[in-house]
Amino acid sequence: MSELIAGRIGEIVEATTAAFTARCHELYVAPALGTLVRAGGNNPVLGIVAEVRTQSLDPSRRPIAMGVDEETEEAVYEHNPQLNRLLSTEFQAIVVGYESESGLKRHLSPFPPRIHSFVYECGRDRLREFSSSYEFLPSLLNSPIGPQDELIAAFLRYSSLTQEDAQAYLVGAGKALAPLLIGQIQRLNNILIRLIS
Amino acid sequence: MTGRLGMVVAGSLTEGVQIRLDVGISTETIKVGTFVSIQGGKFRFFGQVTGVALETADMSLRGVPPDVSNPFIEQVISGTTAYGMITVEPMLVIADSDDPATVLDGPQPAKTIPPHFAQVSIATENDIEIVFGEEDEEHFYIGTPLDMETRLALNIPELVTRSNGVFGKSGTGKTFLARLLLIGILQKSNAVNLVFDMHGEYGWKGSSEGTGREVKGLKQLFSSRVAVFTLDEESSRRRGLAPDYVVRIGYQEIEPEDIQILRETLNLSDVAADAVYSLHRHFGRNWLQDFLSHKGREGVRDLADSIGVNSTALSSLHNRLSRLERLPFIEGSGHDSLNQILRYLERGMHVVLEFGRYGNDLASYILVANLLTRRIHDRYMQMSEQASGDPNRQPRPLVITIEEAHKFLTPSVADQTIFGTIAREDRKYNVTLMVVDQRPSGIDEEVMSQLGTKITCLLDSERDVDSVLTGRSGSRKLRDVLSRLESKQQALAFGHALPMPVVIRTRNYGSLESYKELGFRDDADSLSDITKARDDLFGPP
Repeated sequence: MSELIAGRIGEIVEATTAAFTARCHELYVAPALGTLVRAGGNNPVLGIVAEVRTQSLDPSRRPIAMGVDEETEEAVYEHNPQLNRLLSTEFQAIVVGYESESGLKRHLSPFPPRIHSFVYECGRDRLREFSSSYEFLPSLLNSPIGPQDELIAAFLRYSSLTQEDAQAYLVGAGKALAPLLIGQIQRLNNILIRLIS
Repeated sequence: MTGRLGMVVAGSLTEGVQIRLDVGISTETIKVGTFVSIQGGKFRFFGQVTGVALETADMSLRGVPPDVSNPFIEQVISGTTAYGMITVEPMLVIADSDDPATVLDGPQPAKTIPPHFAQVSIATENDIEIVFGEEDEEHFYIGTPLDMETRLALNIPELVTRSNGVFGKSGTGKTFLARLLLIGILQKSNAVNLVFDMHGEYGWKGSSEGTGREVKGLKQLFSSRVAVFTLDEESSRRRGLAPDYVVRIGYQEIEPEDIQILRETLNLSDVAADAVYSLHRHFGRNWLQDFLSHKGREGVRDLADSIGVNSTALSSLHNRLSRLERLPFIEGSGHDSLNQILRYLERGMHVVLEFGRYGNDLASYILVANLLTRRIHDRYMQMSEQASGDPNRQPRPLVITIEEAHKFLTPSVADQTIFGTIAREDRKYNVTLMVVDQRPSGIDEEVMSQLGTKITCLLDSERDVDSVLTGRSGSRKLRDVLSRLESKQQALAFGHALPMPVVIRTRNYGSLESYKELGFRDDADSLSDITKARDDLFGPP
């Protein structure tokens, strides 16, 4: 349990069946783009971080420039401790599956996670298990949030590191993407370049 | 290469089915003519690759190719967006889960095609054996399919039920192929061979054109089952051979039909050729000798007057026929050559008739081959009729091998010669032909169409190719295959004895191993046999 708390990164503040938004517990401490996260209690939902955003808590008050007289960026925050309360970091994840009693599912959960569900970053084993099949690719390609192609590339780069043969894994992923991108050869090309760079 | 190639994605019975190659299968590894099997839902199909193509799922790929300088991208694109397609013609159904007939009767012609997404793989050795038969008491190993090590066997009893043809321009291995078939007939069926061996290639030894090396003939390999007859004793003696029999032809044995067939070879006019019948009516059985005894222009003119034929025609006939007098094997009367040959054949001996130096004289070859064959055929006809209804008394099937067949199966004489008759009437009297020829276009079309199994090496002339493929469905595809044969050791075989056309690399012949594989036992083997027999009898020394 303590391990789970250790991996906790935020709390859901908005949820639909296809995506959820979570607020990070700490400013700027957000999962990276393409991270596999899980949220919710009994049948936890699995999501992939598609967008990370830091903004003013009050949408009507935009942050103003405060560093005119400061030497460093850090000094801005040191001299204005209220900033940690006025700004918040949020991330959006698209739902790519869920865990059920019968195992890992790679399609939408029938219900979205509850608001205030804690969100955890998935460990290496979970990431490997989830990414061992390329079924998630269509949902990423059609992600309503964030830059889809970058998202795919980022997620595949992470997950390849958990696989025994990263290169073969990426080739396999490319081959799985190719039929999904018939007629969009340049888009395929762009994703492939991002996979290996 | 083995294993899965891809899956069926489109196709029709007439055009063949389209198969998308799996990722990782390169078009370079698949050749036209490769045998494949397709596992449908209910049937298993056996077919042959007839086309290979490159396809893309994304047409823009042609205009804007991906960055293949990056090996990763190339690896991803090839086999997915860019892929290979092959066209396969399903030829046979080799197994049907519901129909025991495919198991009992063997492969059936494919009358349908496999469904979408049926799996396609390279045919296994087992598939080939199911289709063409395993090498056994009836199947003779003749060669291997292209690019495969599997032995392809020919059903010999089936082969000899019809007349067959071996074709190919000179130097392509026709004679080797024919020799192998003769051995096949000798080993794998109860039929006997009678070979009219024009150039002395089959009896004692033959020669290999490429290397000039000598190869063993039938007699050397199977001395107890093969008899070598000769027309030219002197030539045999010169080569240090003792022929089993020296063939002589009596004047009385030559009949008007025998001269008719020589019409073109002797350059006889129609009138002159027809005069032969008048002579036969006039003189009776000994017509030829009597006619040739009329010496001088006067004598012939008087004869022409008395039998009522044109004297110029008769005198030119006299001129031409008088060359027969110079042939030493035609002499006197009352020879027993025919019965001798028949006696050997009846005992199951295979007879090779060597022509020696007369092999170069086409008239001699045609005359003797035709004359003997006609009489043998008559005898077989009688025997068949006597044995009618009793299969046990039927004469032993006989295969007569003739060379340069285009000289005496030309359309103008094919219906008059015995060979035309044999080719047409099939196995009715248990006599069939094996025609070995380099110019099939010269052979009567009807005769060609009656040949059951044709095995053809490379042919250059369009007309020869046409004539070999006459009456064959799908001949356009076969024509492509035939034109791509290599000039040595490759042949296209199709017809009665084969369930489907196949290109083979002819089995090796000429090395000691190849002889031993055919059952030849050399001196060392014989010695060890004798030693073993002695040890069996008396115990080891």
